[in-house]
Amino acid sequence: MDSDFSTPNVLLNRVRSGSYASRVMRRFYKHRLAVISLVVLVVLYAFAFLGPFFNRNDSEAVDLGNQLARISWTHPLGTDESGRDVLIRLMLGGRVSLAVGTFAVLFSLLVGVSVGGLAGFFLGWVDTLLMRFTDGVLAIPAFFVVLCALTFFGSSLPNIILVIGLTSWMGLARLVRGEILSVRQEVYVEAVRALGAQNYSILLRHVLPQVIPTMIVNGTLGVANAILAESALSFLGVGVQPPAASWGNMLSGAQNYLYNAPWLAIYPGMLILLTVLAFNLIGDGLRDATDPTLQ
Amino acid sequence: MIFAYLIKRIVYALIVLFMVSVVTFSIIRLAPGGPSLLADPKLSKPEIAQIERQLGIDKPIPVQFVLWLTQILRGDLGKSFLYQTGNLETIMTRLPNTLILAGVSLLISILIAVPLGLYSAVRPYGALDQSLGVLSLISISIPVFWLGLLLIILFAVTLRILPAGGMASPGLEDSLVDRAKHLILPVFVLSTAGIAEIMRYTRSSARNVLRQDFVRTARAKGLSEGTLQRRHVLRNALIPVVTIIGLQLPRLVGGAAVTETIFSWPGMGRLGVEAALSRDYPLIMAITLFVAVAVVAFNLIVDLIYPLLDPRIGLE
Repeated sequence: MDSDFSTPNVLLNRVRSGSYASRVMRRFYKHRLAVISLVVLVVLYAFAFLGPFFNRNDSEAVDLGNQLARISWTHPLGTDESGRDVLIRLMLGGRVSLAVGTFAVLFSLLVGVSVGGLAGFFLGWVDTLLMRFTDGVLAIPAFFVVLCALTFFGSSLPNIILVIGLTSWMGLARLVRGEILSVRQEVYVEAVRALGAQNYSILLRHVLPQVIPTMIVNGTLGVANAILAESALSFLGVGVQPPAASWGNMLSGAQNYLYNAPWLAIYPGMLILLTVLAFNLIGDGLRDATDPTLQ
Repeated sequence: MIFAYLIKRIVYALIVLFMVSVVTFSIIRLAPGGPSLLADPKLSKPEIAQIERQLGIDKPIPVQFVLWLTQILRGDLGKSFLYQTGNLETIMTRLPNTLILAGVSLLISILIAVPLGLYSAVRPYGALDQSLGVLSLISISIPVFWLGLLLIILFAVTLRILPAGGMASPGLEDSLVDRAKHLILPVFVLSTAGIAEIMRYTRSSARNVLRQDFVRTARAKGLSEGTLQRRHVLRNALIPVVTIIGLQLPRLVGGAAVTETIFSWPGMGRLGVEAALSRDYPLIMAITLFVAVAVVAFNLIVDLIYPLLDPRIGLE
């Protein structure tokens, strides 16, 4: 799907100097929104991972005399229904959301690239079996399976990561397979084979590296979806378990105070939206920058 | 040729269905301890063996699979822990509500997304195209449940013009206006991401068509832009869009789970969430299987009508 909503850079494309990576980076930097998103993401990661060191409030310190407090010096964003500081919870919740998103995607990349790579490279019955399996998993409503798996095995952080990863590799597997199908027909692959290279070394050293741009683009967009998935699960109460904070379960708690403290529902949602939007914009920018048809 | 294509599609669908059943069965078997009854430590060994015999889980796994599959094929989706009725029956009472919500959302998504996508494709990088691009990215990025909460805060809590949830107000079950009012917010939430996806897809598909030689030929022979777009571009651009609409189906049901939960909509999605949260495994697996079969069937239908839309398919 071509989805560039930015200006095509006819002039830029004439300059084809430097390495592939530097050309991609140059094209990426022309994407204003994507570059801004990158900055936003750096700030968000710093907020979540470094922020708590500058905030002396304890995220789990319940203060029942100070529930749903408004903005003050000690609580810059007020307190929640148990009198806990909202700012520090947003920071620590961010750690969880960002970590789950990142690791779930790494896991789904592993599965997706393996399945797609094996199917596209070996073809034949391996291909048929793996791709029909992929179609099968794709047809199953992932959300219910995830809900179910987490109630089965418990909502520990590794489980959440594993389950989100296991239900989000299918699109990538299809993409990788398609790409490998075209790469394996290239003359250089034939040349390497003529030189006597083994199947696995052709696949790992000569074919798979061609798929890296797809992996990066898909991975970036995947983080966005994984963060959304985690927040939805935590919102329903099967994700990250209280008292630990995540953006999703903070929203779940806020749900009961929509009348007297609507801001509790605004902050975490804004942060999810901002993070997911940034990942999506960067993914789009990278896709355009790595798309050979636009070069 | 076309016959071979149709046969191939049907065989594929059957293989996918088989895969679906294998995956679903594996999930059921993976459940630690099996049915929660067996987790009771007070049960003695013979009692456990007795229950295992009753449930048929003392037999080898492949035998269990075949038994389970024949049971499913007979239309028996098992019995839930919570509801007294059979799973298929329970699903069927909730299905119409989900179909109303998903159907209206899909219809509205298509009606809004296709014209906007075409417009963007015809005038790429224009003001409207650029703003639609950003807007559609925001729609894809916004958490469904959060959007729902915001709408409830705005329209139900602050402005008090729309109901916060449910399908109808008490006492007004027969009022069409009241029902429509209850539909507005859930439909809005459910179609947001769909509109963005279909629009992006329509746009890129139409742009591909616009680059084709036959469009240039049509222009060269003096066809007006309007006729060209209606007769040549629209028709060809919509073919791949049919696929993406087919792909919306699982999302409509999966996404509907969250939407239905927020707006207390008594549909299948909410049933699934409730079943999962209350550990009603037979019911949740029945729903999963039901939706998966529906998705495969729908995709097969799309595959089968594809050659009618695009005569090139099946000739390869």
